[in-house]
Amino acid sequence: MTDFMVDGNAMAGDLREIFAMDVTAATVVCAGCGWVGAVATLRLWGHPPGVVARCPHCEQVVLRIVRAPDRVFLDLRGAMRLELPLSS
Amino acid sequence: MGIISPGFGGRRRSSRPDLPPGQYLTHDFPVLSAGPTPRIPLDRWRFTITNETGTRQTWTWEEFQKLPAEDVTVDIHCVTKWSKLGTNWRGVSLDTLFADTDTAAEYTMVHGYGGYTTNVPLEDLLDGKAWIAYRFDGAELEPEHGGPARLLVPHLYFWKSAKWVSGIEMMNSDEPGFWESAGYHNYGDPWREQRYQGD
Amino acid sequence: MAGTAVSRRLIWRVATLVGARMETPTARTLVLQVPDWPGHLPGQHVDVRLTAPDGYSTQRSYSIASDWPGDGTIELTIQRLPDGEVSTYLTDIYRIGDPIELRGPVGGWFVWRTAQTSPVLLLGGGSGVVPLMAMIRARGAVRGRQPFRLIYSVRTPQDALFADELARRVRDDPGLDVRYVYTRKTPEAWPDPPRRIGVATVNTYGWPPEFEPDCFVCGPTSFVETAADILVALGHDSQKIKTERFGGTS
Repeated sequence: MTDFMVDGNAMAGDLREIFAMDVTAATVVCAGCGWVGAVATLRLWGHPPGVVARCPHCEQVVLRIVRAPDRVFLDLRGAMRLELPLSS
Repeated sequence: MGIISPGFGGRRRSSRPDLPPGQYLTHDFPVLSAGPTPRIPLDRWRFTITNETGTRQTWTWEEFQKLPAEDVTVDIHCVTKWSKLGTNWRGVSLDTLFADTDTAAEYTMVHGYGGYTTNVPLEDLLDGKAWIAYRFDGAELEPEHGGPARLLVPHLYFWKSAKWVSGIEMMNSDEPGFWESAGYHNYGDPWREQRYQGD
Repeated sequence: MAGTAVSRRLIWRVATLVGARMETPTARTLVLQVPDWPGHLPGQHVDVRLTAPDGYSTQRSYSIASDWPGDGTIELTIQRLPDGEVSTYLTDIYRIGDPIELRGPVGGWFVWRTAQTSPVLLLGGGSGVVPLMAMIRARGAVRGRQPFRLIYSVRTPQDALFADELARRVRDDPGLDVRYVYTRKTPEAWPDPPRRIGVATVNTYGWPPEFEPDCFVCGPTSFVETAADILVALGHDSQKIKTERFGGTS
């Protein structure tokens, strides 16, 4: 787990285009191992247009974002649940 | 298109008429991965073709090295818009590997160590269109570029050329692999700019 | 109002460079006028997009260096990287009056709010000090009383960003302390040889875990991994440690 480069903070902009609120502060439950933590702490791999966010505990894929020029695909199957705070 | 940034040139590149649409030429070899680099000791490396009934053909590294191999020079095109022309590889043609495969299936799922998958129709792997490559530019293929061996199928976007290839599974119907199920195009022809689902 | 920073629809805007200054020979602060800027929290960043005449475009994220007094400009501090495609443009070519596309503010996790009451421990490596500086500036603007300690790792004294301002703030903002770690070359008469951040430094110049400080760690990925591990090893609650990795090598 030493050659990933950035963390979920780097997804803040792309996620903010999809959701009406910041998602990096949301906690996510990894569907692979049950780890719970902030989206900001996921380990990012890949390069635009395709970015993969992996669980810092078990390395499984928690979410994938593919950003086409006019649409965004968000694959959340590796996330069992997201909990988003409603007040900033 | 975004507003032009005055004076911005970006990395050394050009777009040329012989590049697929939307691509730029690069002279380096960017490393792009969906996860950590797997390290596979050669004594444990296997390549397996599994047909639609579950029958397997497996090669060890030693057996693999004894297969007839080819030196090929191909252009590669990445969905991130970089193209690299005239890359030199050495590998075993999929025609050689499939010579004794008994299959009626038309689709394949290519598997890599580390869990990566990508789907490629069988006909896109045969007739001199694809190799399992283990040498690049005259040297052993480095792990960060997919070594010990990767699939090389240059007529499709390079995400289809699965790194750290471990085997090919025949499928009776097409199923999307890792990036295809995340939003990349199911087929991925760079000349028709098939980058994303729905393109 | 800080609440608006996370509730408006996010769009790409065209900002204009209205001022610039060099912080070090290789780092430049950009003063940007952004139309309809909704305000931001210290720690947030923007995504910047550059486009060449042939349509080639690329994007980078930069932390906002300035605090937000309610109106005015925002500042980004760009560290020039030797092979940096975007950083060299922003430090060497981008001129006053030129437009730039940016998207933000983004990032709601790696933020410090002036209403938080805990002591704060900031660990910054290289350009990782930029969002931490926004926090220090925000604290200064409201005359915050939260005890703040910054441990700032740089290669040489010449690489330190905001050195004069930090020295002034240590003098003038009560309760702020700064300790430098020099990894390649130290100033004259520095008591230690050059070395990377270690347990002893964080133990001596940070806050003890019993104070339950809010910890912010930012910089190259290897720095963040090392520094965050040190905090955990010293007994800090990992729930109180927030990290932002800039990628690259240290």
